[in-house]
Amino acid sequence: MDSLFQRSLDDIIKGLRHQQAGESAFVSKVLEEVRREIKSTDSHTKSTALQKLTYLHSICFVDMSWAAFHAIECISYPNFTHKKVGYLAISQSFQESTPVILLISNQLRKDLKSNVEVEVSLALECLSRIGNLDLCRDLTPEVFTLMASSRIPVRKKAIGVVLRLFGKYPDAVRVCFKRLVESLESSDSPPIVSAVIGVFCELASKDPKAYLPLAPEFYKILVDSRNNWVLIKVLKIFTKLAPLEPRLAKKIVEPICELMSKTGAKSLMFECIRTILTSLAEHESAVKLAAGRINELLIDEDPNLRYLGLHALAIVAPKHIWAVLENKEFVIKSLSDPDPNIKLESLRLVMEMVSESNVVEICRVLVNYATKSEPEFCNVILGSILSTCSNNVYEIIVDFDWYVSLLGEMSRIQHCQKGEEIENQLIDIGMRVQDVRPELVRVGRDLLMDPALLGNPFLHRILSAAAWLCGEYVEFIRNPVELMESLLQPRTSLLPPSVRAVYLESAFKALVFCLHSYLKSAHGENGEASGTTLIQENHITPDSVLHLLNLIDMAVGPLSGSYDVEIQERARNILGFTELIKPVLSDSLHPQDERHKQQVEASKMVRLLHDTFSDELGPVSMSAQGRVPVPDGLVLHENLADLEAVCGSSLPASSATISFEGSHNVEGATSIFISDQKEESEPSSESTSLLAEHRKRHGLYYLPSEKNTEHHEANNDYPPANELKSGVTVSNDAQDLAKLAEQSFLPKRKSKQVKARPVVVKLDEGDVLPISSKIPQAKDDSLSEAVRDVLLGNKAAADSVIRKKGKEKLNAKEQEDDLDHMDSQSGTVQNPVKERSKRSSRKQNADEGDHGGDKGKQKRRHRHGKHRTREGVQNPPANVISQTPVPDLLL
Amino acid sequence: MISLYRWNFCEGKACGEAAGDYTDRVWSRAENVSNFMEADSIFGPDSRLVYKHYATLYFVFVFDSSENELAMLDLIQVFVETLDKCFRNVCELDIVFNYSKLHTILDEIIFGGQVLETSSAEVMKVVEEISRQESASNSIGLVTKTVSGWRNR
Repeated sequence: MDSLFQRSLDDIIKGLRHQQAGESAFVSKVLEEVRREIKSTDSHTKSTALQKLTYLHSICFVDMSWAAFHAIECISYPNFTHKKVGYLAISQSFQESTPVILLISNQLRKDLKSNVEVEVSLALECLSRIGNLDLCRDLTPEVFTLMASSRIPVRKKAIGVVLRLFGKYPDAVRVCFKRLVESLESSDSPPIVSAVIGVFCELASKDPKAYLPLAPEFYKILVDSRNNWVLIKVLKIFTKLAPLEPRLAKKIVEPICELMSKTGAKSLMFECIRTILTSLAEHESAVKLAAGRINELLIDEDPNLRYLGLHALAIVAPKHIWAVLENKEFVIKSLSDPDPNIKLESLRLVMEMVSESNVVEICRVLVNYATKSEPEFCNVILGSILSTCSNNVYEIIVDFDWYVSLLGEMSRIQHCQKGEEIENQLIDIGMRVQDVRPELVRVGRDLLMDPALLGNPFLHRILSAAAWLCGEYVEFIRNPVELMESLLQPRTSLLPPSVRAVYLESAFKALVFCLHSYLKSAHGENGEASGTTLIQENHITPDSVLHLLNLIDMAVGPLSGSYDVEIQERARNILGFTELIKPVLSDSLHPQDERHKQQVEASKMVRLLHDTFSDELGPVSMSAQGRVPVPDGLVLHENLADLEAVCGSSLPASSATISFEGSHNVEGATSIFISDQKEESEPSSESTSLLAEHRKRHGLYYLPSEKNTEHHEANNDYPPANELKSGVTVSNDAQDLAKLAEQSFLPKRKSKQVKARPVVVKLDEGDVLPISSKIPQAKDDSLSEAVRDVLLGNKAAADSVIRKKGKEKLNAKEQEDDLDHMDSQSGTVQNPVKERSKRSSRKQNADEGDHGGDKGKQKRRHRHGKHRTREGVQNPPANVISQTPVPDLLL
Repeated sequence: MISLYRWNFCEGKACGEAAGDYTDRVWSRAENVSNFMEADSIFGPDSRLVYKHYATLYFVFVFDSSENELAMLDLIQVFVETLDKCFRNVCELDIVFNYSKLHTILDEIIFGGQVLETSSAEVMKVVEEISRQESASNSIGLVTKTVSGWRNR
């Protein structure tokens, strides 16, 4: 008699609670017992063991997949308690891949047909949790029957399980959908409506378009229902549907506004607000009403309501910034709210309010605030300043000098962990905005000078950027000797090797610059008089040159043995150069024994390097490669698998032909690069001329082409940024207009800009990936297809399934009539839909209008609409079935 | 600390660990702040978390954009009300020792990831019916077992 001594679940729970330390030992002991007991033939013993195992699984995440078969045994027991234990175990532990899952199919069917209501519920619950394709397919007829059950709780759950059926087995739509739609009208029993609307809410969130024909039914519920749960769900559905059909939006705006003002339930009110702001934002008066309700939420004592109020403002901000500006004070005050949600939300709103005219002011406030905040929120603030300011190639920044110094200031904030982002922006601005380079170098120098910063690992990336900038634009440095000293200061040993390598390279650049300007001025003293000013400006005297050379010996010398290859190599470059330059330079440092020839040699050498460093590299567009036209006769997508066979027999011969073909074909394009080479083949810089040579030989190039000469010129003749200006403004006209329109809402706007915005080089504008490719594909194509078939009366398909299932036929005749009716309607209104939607630039709608008319066009425009294309193939264009009908309600 | 995890569409251990992480975060929240938290880093895009605590009992629900935030707070209330009716002033021990009953109640309220019942009275009806069935089947089981046990002897 196992069961007499078997520990019950309560014993286990008590035992677990009394364990102080050895919990795992206790668990494994219990598991051992369970393994023994579960094999018992006695149903009570077995189910108790299973119950204990399930408990341990959900509390301690013990593996219970091995007991799958025992669980199946338990659900087959006639005893309800045992059955229930089995079902719980199955819902907790089974996955779609569980091997024995199909064995429960028959038992589920049996229980679905049971007379005991709670047994049916158990089976339905189980199906809704673990149903896979096979189970859903097998049990669809039973669920279909239960959807018409007279027992409300059962019917409710049958409707709930439909979602799982549709998800796993889309063909179930053809069987159950009509009954589901009919359930929408069972206004006599609220639980049913609640369940069915929940199902439609989930379905519509995935593919709203398919459910547009049901809009009249949803509208009826919106107007008639008094149940807040149901109303919230209906609003969720309309949020998805309204953007697809402007006339629907017009129709629902009034009832929603009424609901919003009448309801006492905050949840429903908030849902109304959200629906209006997300999907009915074009209806100005409704938005105004909603804004009024938001104000009520904002002054509420409950932090949840205040948070949701701010959240609603964030939704409306992109389209109606006035609603946010109305609450400006509140939003700014909320930045210091103790509630983290409210703080974050208000920060988001503050960033929404930022514009060209107030960015300085707002950033000042925020940075001050960040210094006083706790580390986490401080970094959130810094992060949002950085992302807002850099948005769309620093669109809102006019005064770059200010922004660059702000970046410097942000780097010094104690908790700042945004090193990587600041690094990227510093370098990015340096390369894009020529006019700001002196200020950048100043900011960089200040950062480099401060030995304390070297100890903060979060700042290393920023220091790396500063070092690079100071080296690259060293001509703007006031005191290069001082820069050299800070680049080579002892504490640089705290830097990671990669950053240190940047420091070394910058030191090299600075050294060359110093020597060059020294030699130039020394030369000038002999011959030309112009150089004297340079000496004074740069503080370079023969003594300081000596000092520099000594400094390098001292600081860089030891690094030539560094274990890091980057550091070692760069250190050796510098040392090699100083070794070379020292003898020739020592003469010029002592002008008394003047040997002119040596000095000339030294200056030649220095000039060579100086020219190399000062030669500016132009930007290369990210998509440059893509713009290279494929030469005739070159097939890029050819399957190279065949090549292997060829290679096997005659490798050398075949490879020779390939390379020949490549070079031969591209040669024709070389003529485009005249301007390129002009820039590159400066006689002094060996490396660049080599590159040009290489390009000439191989016909490689980065920026074509005859087609868009404007871009071509701009890119190749970099840096004459002034020419670029016209190109940039032209292409941005539309955006600028939109920006201006948006700004006209702002209350205070500076009448004049003190300083003209410097030119910002943009290459990337054409390079942004087409947005359409980012739109996620509708995943459940087959589901939407099935729904559309049923709704639009693709009766052939529906009938065949139904006949197969031997179940009730859909009323095909009726549907056909409906369809004719709808088609005639949609025929007449097709054009207005198209026009309106174009104006509001809603692609989805345009697609709808065009759907029947122009398949080819549509295919091109919607690369992502896979299922639609497929549909087009299946149904010949003459068949109007695929056209989305316009519901009655809309007319 | 007691926790009972119930996942509708979440697989295995990963969620358990995630929940552990979130438990700490929920516990560390100050009093009188809003009850929502972003949870998309673990429970998938646009999922959010709402919690509410009654004395020492914490209830945490994770939901997505198909639900209304405030309605979820209400749902926690419904759940707790039902527990209260079921156990007469629910406390920690009730939840610890009535593992399967808790599941029964939750199954009635949330079915296949959707809110199916929001009236605690309705839920109680079903729970009572299930208890009746259970005790009926148990008494039968007891009799047969004693008899069979008797015979075996």
